[in-house]
Amino acid sequence: MSYTFMTSLVLVFAILWDLAIVRTRLLGRRVFWAGYAIVLAFQLLINGWLTYNNVFLYDESAILGVRVFYQPVEDLAFGFSLVLTVQSMWVFLGRRGIRN
Amino acid sequence: MKHYTYLAAMGFTFIGSIWLEVFLKVSVLKRIRRVLLTIFPVGIAFVLWDRFAITQGHWRFDNAQVLPLNRIWGLPLEEYLFFIFVPLAAILTIEAVRKVNGHWKVGDER
Repeated sequence: MSYTFMTSLVLVFAILWDLAIVRTRLLGRRVFWAGYAIVLAFQLLINGWLTYNNVFLYDESAILGVRVFYQPVEDLAFGFSLVLTVQSMWVFLGRRGIRN
Repeated sequence: MKHYTYLAAMGFTFIGSIWLEVFLKVSVLKRIRRVLLTIFPVGIAFVLWDRFAITQGHWRFDNAQVLPLNRIWGLPLEEYLFFIFVPLAAILTIEAVRKVNGHWKVGDER
């Protein structure tokens, strides 16, 4: 199982989580995309710096080899999935009355 | 100094987001129960995924650039900090966007 496949799985899970499982539907909201734009900028900067410095050493046979700011494109899919799942969980809990 | 590379990145992530709590007053940390109930389950699920990817050999950490400590269940300490600070930053960010754009619906409005 490649890193590409594993990140694809987690991306599909995150989208299903938001749209179909807890149905927070953040993917259809401006607030999500505005927030993601900010997170993405920081990910490109911080993860890019770590990858540039070879803190993470990737098995080239496990990734597509497409890199954005030094980081494998798979890392971007992973970051997107993590942020979406976290924010969706946060909103889901708030909607269920867990507010503090 | 090299041992602090990954830790420094996590410090930057934390500092770069926590100011929203202090200066924009998004009141995320005041909702600590909701924060913990968000970060724990999601963090655990993603740590399991992460560890699996590492045991598959998809990537490894440069020992010279993480703290010279024993691995915790196969992962460096910084990796656990990642799964705390990045989710926290994600929550702080969505709340900051809500604060700045008061009319944008998030989905948990009463």
